[in-house]
Amino acid sequence: MPGFDFSNHNRNAALHAQGVPLPKATSTGTTIVGCIFDGGVVIAADTRATSGPIVADKNCEKLHYIAPQIWCAGAGTAADTEFTTAIISSNLELHALSTGRKPRVVTCMTMLKQHLFRYQGHIGAYLVVAGVDPTGAHLFTVHAHGSTDKLPYVTMGSGSLAAMSVFETQWKSKLSREDAIKLAADAIQAGIFNDLGSGSNVDVCVITEEKTTLMRNYITPNVREQKQRNYRFKRGTTAVLNEKVITREEISKYVTVQELDDQSVVGTAEKMDVDA
Amino acid sequence: MASVFSGAPPQGGPGYSFSQTRIATSSGIREHSFYPYTDNGGSTLGVSGADFTILAGDTRSTSGYNINTRYAPKLFKIGGEGPDGTGARIVLSVVGFAADGDALKERLDTIVKMYKYQHGKPMSVAACAQRLSHILYNKRFFPYYVHAILGGLDEEGRGALYSYDPVGSYEREQCRAAGAAASLIMPFLDNQVNFKNQYIPGSGVGHALEQRVPEPLPRKDVEELVKDAFTSAVERHIEVGDGLQMMIITKEGIQETFSELKKD
Amino acid sequence: MNHLPQAWGRPRDDVYGAYDASHLQTSGPQQHTQSPIVTGTSVVAVKFKDGVVIAADNLASYGSLARFTDVKRLRKFNSQVVVGFGGDVSDMQYLDRLLSSLDIRENYSTTETPLNAKNLHTYLSKVMYKRRSDFNPLWNHILVAGLEHENKPFLASVDLLGTTFSSPTLATGFGAHLAQPILRRVVPDEATVESVSREQAVALVKECMKVLFYRDARSLDKYSIAVVTKDGIDLKEDEKLESQSWAFAEGIRGYGTQVN
Repeated sequence: MPGFDFSNHNRNAALHAQGVPLPKATSTGTTIVGCIFDGGVVIAADTRATSGPIVADKNCEKLHYIAPQIWCAGAGTAADTEFTTAIISSNLELHALSTGRKPRVVTCMTMLKQHLFRYQGHIGAYLVVAGVDPTGAHLFTVHAHGSTDKLPYVTMGSGSLAAMSVFETQWKSKLSREDAIKLAADAIQAGIFNDLGSGSNVDVCVITEEKTTLMRNYITPNVREQKQRNYRFKRGTTAVLNEKVITREEISKYVTVQELDDQSVVGTAEKMDVDA
Repeated sequence: MASVFSGAPPQGGPGYSFSQTRIATSSGIREHSFYPYTDNGGSTLGVSGADFTILAGDTRSTSGYNINTRYAPKLFKIGGEGPDGTGARIVLSVVGFAADGDALKERLDTIVKMYKYQHGKPMSVAACAQRLSHILYNKRFFPYYVHAILGGLDEEGRGALYSYDPVGSYEREQCRAAGAAASLIMPFLDNQVNFKNQYIPGSGVGHALEQRVPEPLPRKDVEELVKDAFTSAVERHIEVGDGLQMMIITKEGIQETFSELKKD
Repeated sequence: MNHLPQAWGRPRDDVYGAYDASHLQTSGPQQHTQSPIVTGTSVVAVKFKDGVVIAADNLASYGSLARFTDVKRLRKFNSQVVVGFGGDVSDMQYLDRLLSSLDIRENYSTTETPLNAKNLHTYLSKVMYKRRSDFNPLWNHILVAGLEHENKPFLASVDLLGTTFSSPTLATGFGAHLAQPILRRVVPDEATVESVSREQAVALVKECMKVLFYRDARSLDKYSIAVVTKDGIDLKEDEKLESQSWAFAEGIRGYGTQVN
């Protein structure tokens, strides 16, 4: 069966009626923007993800890949933006393969709005869709209920008004690439500093006819401050109530053990055996 | 007969399979009547030492996802002379609903000033602490929606710190964090000030291991701990930031400092 | 049918939701304002080196209806203070009368120094906090602009809960979201106030009023603006927005797939 699994719906409705709260999803209480310029389109996003008043991720990625020349900025429920863009990306790839043409931004936008409309807003994805295709540069917004908009500059998320204040005071038609990047980054920074749901860094993605440039952490105006004190504990500070030592010989019955020299321990990823 | 009705109060709507059927209206958004409280975010903390007490609070004031202002102090001098509280020896910090916080501050300040006027000597911290508890409990059924921390020096010149719940329950403590990021800061303080979960290495095995004994920390260490507590809270709580106000009470008086925090 | 006789013959709560009792009279005879009726939208203000600029549009809305289009929401007080009101208009008019009587009392009194902006803000915050504590709020968000001692610029706000705060730039209502970011870009902190001229401050506030007109559906292009300095108040009550730009509109076709 394709689609979502609703088998827990009745149980959850019963629990909810008893006063059990819904689980809290990570939201990207976000500022995202997009702006058309002469020869392409730019989108930008902040990098804060929140769960209520707590910062869940200080440097998350809100710019999602759809196709090489089509990218999406997502606000709303993190999982929904993630999976919605992923499924549309897959379907658009198949579509491009079957037609033998480059995917178009309107196609992506239509697929997104039809997908979201079907779920009547329960998929909380608020997206800025941008890209360049054979018909030119395009910029859309798609709301969770399925409505779309087509404008030369757009903002979304909890910081949308702060970001819009920048566009409404500084936007002009036929912007250059550099001016558009600057404007989009300024709009995100207005969100970062004025909206509590937005914060940390600025990500930018520039799409032109020739290529797409993703500038991850284009501006980092919120670097963490150095701590005053050292918080390394003396070895043995933590109580050990009981201890069991498993020898290397024992553990190597179950997994492959690889020796690492002490210097390279920091930041070394676990190595995995791959089928030959 | 009573057992038949126990599960479903006749006027409250019938209960079906669930024990907690909500009385009156349940679902849907409805405009309800005026709610006299709001939360203005922010966090405060206090630590007492051998001969000083430090209180600190961030200076951001929020409403929802908005920043009202980047500079709204949460620390107030209590007593002393004139509106600036010259010569005061007691500091009150309040976090929660700012309007109640201001009202509470003004009431306590007036009382402490009147005390000196009437008795010819400044009020002791212990007396002031108990008075504050009474002020809070007086409004037991329409509380001041604040978490207060009161700091000063006791009769022996040692650091004194009192923390309160909104309806006046209070306790003298070594350290306390309050407000939005209290749950982030308090475990850090427990570990670093009272050495909770810290044991003396090599002092024993298993349950015989000895707890590290807390001793009053020097002032410099506490100031550093306070700054680190706030720079960490700023990273992970959206309502904390902009500025850090600190007041250090010693026998010389109250020294006030301000430093910047991140503004995102 | 279930095992509870009390439930028989009633609409089932789990199907129809609990009975909506909100139309039944729940309280005694005394009823207070529980929601605003005729409302004014944003008030914006910014400090500059010699004083404060404050502005509000001239609209009073009745829900989504633009009901009155020449309502003055900035009020002078004793030629040294300007008070800007957002929120309920009838509560604003009550406060206006309260301030008038206060002014008259002050004029008859023998005190040498007149009430300054700081004094008036303290007075208004006490009024607002008292009313919220009586569960009978005045449904307003107020900005007080003027000078405090030694002619220092003063700007502070008080709302229906009695919450007060002060900042070099302030905006109420929609302006808190849309105008405050614009104002903070130019005047981020108290130190910057010293370097802002009167002309800059006026231009900044006018820019905010324009953006608010673009994006706030309860706003108007006619507004009042006041500049408070030690030389007095310069209040203009029928300004019109200038140099609007609707350049973005050209070239917009449809909302999706439409091209021509």
